[in-house]
Amino acid sequence: MDFGLSEERRILRDTAARFIRDSYDMKTRHALAASAEGFSRDKWREFAELGLVAALLPAEVGGLGGFGEDILVVMEEIGRGLVVEPFLATAVLGGGLIAELGSEAQKAILEEVIAGTRLLAFAQGEAESRYSLSEVRTRAERRGDGWLLNGQKSVVLNGDSADLLVVSARASGAADDEAGLALFLVDAAAPGVTRRGYATVDGGHAAEVGLADVKVGEDALLGEAGQAFPAIERVVGRGLLALCAEALGTMEVCRDMTLDYLRTRKQFGVPIGKFQALQHRMVDLCLEIEQARSAVMFAAGKLEASRPERERALSAAKNLTGRVGRLVAEESIQLHGGIAMTWEYALPHFAKRLTMIDHQLGDADHHLERFIAFSQAR
Amino acid sequence: MDMTFSPEEDAFRREVRAFVKEALPSTLAAKVRTGKRLDKMDYVTWHKALNARGWLAWHWPAEQSGTGWTPVQKHIFEEECVAACAPRVVPFGLNMLGPVLIKFGSEAQKRHYLPRILSDEDWWCQGYSEPGAGSDLASLKSRAERRGDHYVVNGQKTWTTLGHYADWMFCLVKTDTSVKPQEGISFLLVDMKSPGVTVRPIVTLDGEHEVNEVFLEDVRVPLDNLVGEENKGWTCAKYLLTYERTGIAGVAFAKQSLDHLKQVARDQKKNGRPLAEDPLFAARLAEVEIDLLAMETFNLRTVSAAAAGAAPGPESSMLKIKGTVIRQQITELLRRAVGPHALPFVPEAFEEGYNEPPIGPDYAMPLARQYFNMRKLSIYGGSNEIQRNIIAKQMLRL
Ligand SMILES: Cc1cc2nc3c(=O)[nH]c(=O)nc-3n(C[C@H](O)[C@H](O)[C@H](O)COP(=O)(O)OP(=O)(O)OC[C@H]3O[C@@H](n4cnc5c(N)ncnc54)[C@H](O)[C@@H]3O)c2cc1C
Ligand SMILES: Cc1cc2nc3c(=O)[nH]c(=O)nc-3n(C[C@H](O)[C@H](O)[C@H](O)COP(=O)(O)OP(=O)(O)OC[C@H]3O[C@@H](n4cnc5c(N)ncnc54)[C@H](O)[C@@H]3O)c2cc1C
Repeated sequence: MDFGLSEERRILRDTAARFIRDSYDMKTRHALAASAEGFSRDKWREFAELGLVAALLPAEVGGLGGFGEDILVVMEEIGRGLVVEPFLATAVLGGGLIAELGSEAQKAILEEVIAGTRLLAFAQGEAESRYSLSEVRTRAERRGDGWLLNGQKSVVLNGDSADLLVVSARASGAADDEAGLALFLVDAAAPGVTRRGYATVDGGHAAEVGLADVKVGEDALLGEAGQAFPAIERVVGRGLLALCAEALGTMEVCRDMTLDYLRTRKQFGVPIGKFQALQHRMVDLCLEIEQARSAVMFAAGKLEASRPERERALSAAKNLTGRVGRLVAEESIQLHGGIAMTWEYALPHFAKRLTMIDHQLGDADHHLERFIAFSQAR
Repeated sequence: MDMTFSPEEDAFRREVRAFVKEALPSTLAAKVRTGKRLDKMDYVTWHKALNARGWLAWHWPAEQSGTGWTPVQKHIFEEECVAACAPRVVPFGLNMLGPVLIKFGSEAQKRHYLPRILSDEDWWCQGYSEPGAGSDLASLKSRAERRGDHYVVNGQKTWTTLGHYADWMFCLVKTDTSVKPQEGISFLLVDMKSPGVTVRPIVTLDGEHEVNEVFLEDVRVPLDNLVGEENKGWTCAKYLLTYERTGIAGVAFAKQSLDHLKQVARDQKKNGRPLAEDPLFAARLAEVEIDLLAMETFNLRTVSAAAAGAAPGPESSMLKIKGTVIRQQITELLRRAVGPHALPFVPEAFEEGYNEPPIGPDYAMPLARQYFNMRKLSIYGGSNEIQRNIIAKQMLRL
C-alpha cells in the first residue's frame, strides 16, 4: 500500500498551489466573485495553460489524466484558494460528459475546453428534482431530423457564463425513470434558450435556464437517446469526488486559521487556546478532518470500480464531508467569536463555501440513503 | 403540579392576540415573515404601537410606566407577538438601559431618559465590547478622564448593534487603571452626535449591515451622564447582563421558526413526495421538536419560579445554551430543506418592493442568509462557552 503522491501529481499540486498563492489572494478572489460572471475568463485561461483543466480529463480526449487522484490533487488546491473559476461545471461535469459519451466530432470541442477558451455547464437540476439524477421533466421530442427541447433547469452551476450547455432531457418514460434520459449539447445563444444568472451564497454563480422549443440537430445528441443515465451517474460521481476534495482543502484552511487564532487571540490574559474547553474542540476538528480525508481517498481509489462499489464509496465520502464540513464551518466560526461574523475576515467565506458544498450534487442525507442502498446491492 | 394557564392568563392571551392583529400593519408582518430587510421605521412603527397601548415597558415596574406583568404574562405576550410576525422590540433602551437607570440612575436621569425611551425620541445602542475585550469584558481599554464638569472619552467600541440608528450609546469606560479591572469601570451615557464620535459599518458574513464600530476621540461627556457612582460601573454592567439573558432562550422565536420549517417541509418535494413525509427528514425535525418541547417547559419552570420570586441563577445560562442551539438547528434544517435552492444569493430580493420572480420557492431565498446570521446567537450575550464556565463555577462549584 502507498498513500503517497506520485512525482507527477506532486508537481501538479505544487503548480496549482503556487499559482493560487501568487495570484489569487482574498482581495482578488472577492473582486472576481463580485464581477458580472462571478469569475475571470483570463484567470481561467491561465489555469488552463498550467494544465489544471487538462489534468481533470482523460488522455483519449487530449487531457493529462482524469483519474481520481488528479481530481483530488487539483480540487483540493481549488478549495484551499477558494477559487471561483468553473472547474466543476466546465472541466469535471461538462467536459466529463463529453469525454464519456461524445462522438469524435463532439470530443473535438474538448480541445477548446482544455485550452480554456470554451466554457461548459451541466443543465441537470430542475425546480422539483432536488438531488435526484433521474427526475427529469424537461422533454426531448423528435422533430424531423433533430430534436425539440422544452423545460426549465434550476440552479445550473455557472450556467450564466457557459458557451455550451449539456442539457439532460427526457426522451421517454415517467418523470423519475432512470431509463429514457438523453443529453444534448445546446448552444447557450440558441433561439429559445433563456438564462437568468445570479450569485450564490459561497461566491459562485448559477443560472435558471429556460428551454422553449429549442431546436437542435441529431449532432447535438450526446450518446444514445434514452441511455444517458449511467454516464450521468459516473460523471456526477467524478463531480462528487471533486466537491469532496475541494471541501478538504477548504476545511484545512478553516482548521489552520482557527488554530492560529487560538494561539494569538488573548482573553483573560492568556491565548484562548489555553482553555481546555477549546483545545478539545480543536482536537476534534483535526481528528474529523483526517476521517474525512480518509473517506475521500477511499472513494478516489474506487472511482473505476463496479457501480455499487464505486457509488457506495462516493456516497460515503460525500456524506462524511457533508457532516464534517458542517462541524468545521460551525466550530471554526464559534471558536473565533465575533470576528468570524464579518465579511472582511476570510474565514467565514471558507465556512460558507464548505456549507454550500453540502447543497451540491446531494447533501449528507441524500448520500446516507444512497450509501445504504448501494451497500445492500453489493 | 399544574401546567395549564389560568383562565386569566388565557384571557390575557386573547387580549394580546386581538391587539396584535389590530395594531401590527400587515405589510410589516409580511416583511418579517418573508425575511425582508427591516429599516429603522419598521422598528419604530411597532415600538410606537406598543407604547400607545402602554405595553412597551414590560421589564419596568408599574411605577415607571411599566406593564407590571407577571413573568408568565411576559412569556405569553412575546409568544403572541412573534407568532404574528411582529418585529422584535429593540432591547437596548427598553430592556437594558431602562432597568439600569431605574435601579442605579439619579432622579433627574430617570425623569429625563425614561420617557424618551418610551416615546422613541432616543434610540440607544450598547457600547460594551471592544476589539480586545469580548468575553473578557473587564479588560476594556476605553478611557474617561475628568476635566472640570465633563469627562473626555477616548477609545473604540465594536459590534455595536444598530449603532448607525442610535442617538445615544450607554458604554463602559475605564476611570481608574490603578486598581483591579472590575473596580475601575464606569457606566456613561454618550450622545452619538458629540464631536469625536465616528460610527463605521461592519458588514457581516451574510452581506448585511447590522453591527458597527464606534470610535471615540476626545469626546466630551458631561459628568451628569455618569450612571451610579464613578468606578462602580461593573455593578451596573452585570445587572444589565442579567436582563440581557432573560428571554435569551428565544422560545417564541424557536416555535415560530419550527412552524415555518414544517410548512417548508410540507411544500418541498423529495422523490415526488413531501419532504415532511421523508423518514430521515421527519426524524431530524422530530428531534428538534422534542428538544424544543422540553426547552419550552424548562423555560416555563424558570418563568414560574421567577413569578414566585426566585432570582434567576445558572438556569438562565442553561436556557441560553439550549435555546440558541435549538434555534441554530432549526435554521440549519431550513436551509437543508430547500436543497439546491439554498444557493442563490440575491441581496436585492430582501428589499421591500423587489418585483422579480423568486429563484426557486419564495421562502427559500433568505434561508442560507438566516442560517449564517444566526451563528451569532452562540457568540453574543455571553458566548455559550462562557455560559458553561458560569454553570461550572456557580452551580457545580468546580
Ligand atoms: C479498563 C482499564 C484498563 C486500563 N489499563 C491500563 C494499562 O494497561 N496500563 C496503565 O498504565 N493504565 C491502565 N488503566 C488506567 C488508566 O490509564 C487510568 O484510569 C487513566 O489514566 C485515568 O486515570 P484515573 O482513573 O486515575 O482517573 P483520573 O485521572 O482521576 O481522571 C478522572 C476523570 O478526569 C478526567 N481528567 C483527568 N485529567 C484531566 C485533564 N487534565 N483534563 C481533562 N480531563 C481530565 C479523566 O478523563 C476522567 O474522566 C486502565 C484503566 C481502565 C479503566
Ligand atoms: C452579531 C453580533 C452583535 C453584537 N452586538 C453587540 C452590541 O450591540 N454591543 C456589544 O457591546 N457587544 C455586542 N456583540 C459582542 C459580543 O458580546 C462578543 O462578540 C462576545 O462577547 C464574544 O467576544 P469576542 O467576539 O471578542 O470573542 P472572544 O471573547 O475573543 O472569544 C473567542 C472564543 O473563545 C471563547 N472563550 C473566550 N474565553 C473563554 C474561556 N474563558 N473559556 C472558554 N472559552 C472561552 C469564546 O467562547 C469564543 O468561542 C455582538 C456580537 C455579535 C457577533
